[in-house]
Amino acid sequence: MAMIEITNLCKGFGSHQVLRGVNLTVEKGESMTVIGGSGSGKSVLIKHIIGLLFPDRGEVKVDGEVLNNLDERGLNDVRKKFGMLFQGAALFDSLTVWENVGFGLKQHTKMSDKEIRDVTTQKLALVGLKGVEDKMPSDLSGGMKKRVGLARAIAMDPQIILYDEPTTGLDPITADAINDLIVDLRKKLGVTSVAITHDMFSAYKISDRIAMLYKGEIQETGTPDEIRGTSNPIVKQFITGSAVGPITAD
Amino acid sequence: MINKLLELIGNKTMALLREMGAVIIFCGQTFRWTFSRPFYLKNLLKQMEQIGVNSVPVVLTTAISTGMVLALQSYTGFKRFGAQSLIGAVVSLSMTRELGPVLTGLMVAGRAGASMAAELGTMRVTEQIDALYTLATNPMKYLVVPRFLASTIMMFFLSALGMYIGILGGYFVGVKVLGTNPTTYMNQSINNTTMSDIWYGLIKSLVFGAVVGLIGCYKGFNTEGGAEGVGKATTGAVVVSCMLILILDYFLSALLW
Repeated sequence: MAMIEITNLCKGFGSHQVLRGVNLTVEKGESMTVIGGSGSGKSVLIKHIIGLLFPDRGEVKVDGEVLNNLDERGLNDVRKKFGMLFQGAALFDSLTVWENVGFGLKQHTKMSDKEIRDVTTQKLALVGLKGVEDKMPSDLSGGMKKRVGLARAIAMDPQIILYDEPTTGLDPITADAINDLIVDLRKKLGVTSVAITHDMFSAYKISDRIAMLYKGEIQETGTPDEIRGTSNPIVKQFITGSAVGPITAD
Repeated sequence: MINKLLELIGNKTMALLREMGAVIIFCGQTFRWTFSRPFYLKNLLKQMEQIGVNSVPVVLTTAISTGMVLALQSYTGFKRFGAQSLIGAVVSLSMTRELGPVLTGLMVAGRAGASMAAELGTMRVTEQIDALYTLATNPMKYLVVPRFLASTIMMFFLSALGMYIGILGGYFVGVKVLGTNPTTYMNQSINNTTMSDIWYGLIKSLVFGAVVGLIGCYKGFNTEGGAEGVGKATTGAVVVSCMLILILDYFLSALLW
């Protein structure tokens, strides 16, 4: 059963057309990674999935609901099904770590601060962090911020987790630890995941299927093995990281 | 050449109209969310402290300095006509109707308006505002409404404080430094200042408070780019707020004549 269905999604900003008819389906429990170069429209695509942007044409359906048709309340109900890890973690810098992780619980449940703190401690333990509850985000390293961001994403027990460039800006060892964490969380929580990245090592490791976005269109979709063995010159050039080929650096 | 000039004027006009439209929509949304649940009381109190309480020193300094200078300058001028006894009335009327609210507005725009734009601008460029949306929380309600309300409410109290302290400063210079009779000074102040003068000033301060809150939040909320964008938003918030305060001051003065 499809959890996310994107049909003929088109989006432009002014005269610049970013997405030109994207079609993509993510099954329930599946881990899908969208790869593509900078400026290929990956971030715009992921923002449509959670209703931060709306299509000029086409539609995005999440768990059977078309996001374009929803009002503020309906949209918030759909957003509660999501957890999202931002590229820079996007932690609220005026709140402590536990207030960040427990933010959704504070807003949308009647749990006491003590109960929220307990849940926060559990979620932080799931991402391998202990004793950081009372720290401010500015006191954390880049890798720790990502982990806290991940703990915040899973705090409300979401059905879908979105990862925006989960390993960008991290050293290779921390990046791999985050990859392991993503795989581990999926096994433990059984959630549907959508990640966008240009880190092929990460894409192969965390994905059931990979889709390549280029110039606003999906070029190819397949399992990591199918993508490795692709004959599509655009996908081949991207996954091998070659400067020679149909993709040119703009 | 003429075509290019016309195109330039047209583009600038369209950009200005678009910006004005966006500001009006933003104001409309802020008013709409002000009266809908949930209410973030804790955020409101925090903002009242940041915008109001933390602005007290700068408002006090400005008001006392203005009151003292006003008394000194009025004395110099009025002495030529033998009307030194009127300086109490001049200081009181100027501080309540005009200088109290306007100078407080300008000071708060420079301090709190800039801070609001910088904070929200940083939140925008670091995706913290997007994060609020993904956590099913409306940033207009969570971030903008408390700042707008706090700015409006606290400008009222800061202006009242500014008026009072300015008049005190004028009294100090008029009576203690220039030797005006204290009873005459007080009588002139009280007899020539009515409650409506004070209310006119306070009504102005409410409008200025709303302007500072709305413009600071609008500029921050719509920041684009990185650090440069935050810098532009901050400067823009102060410049636009100050200009609007000065422009609206004339129209409000004419309206509340």
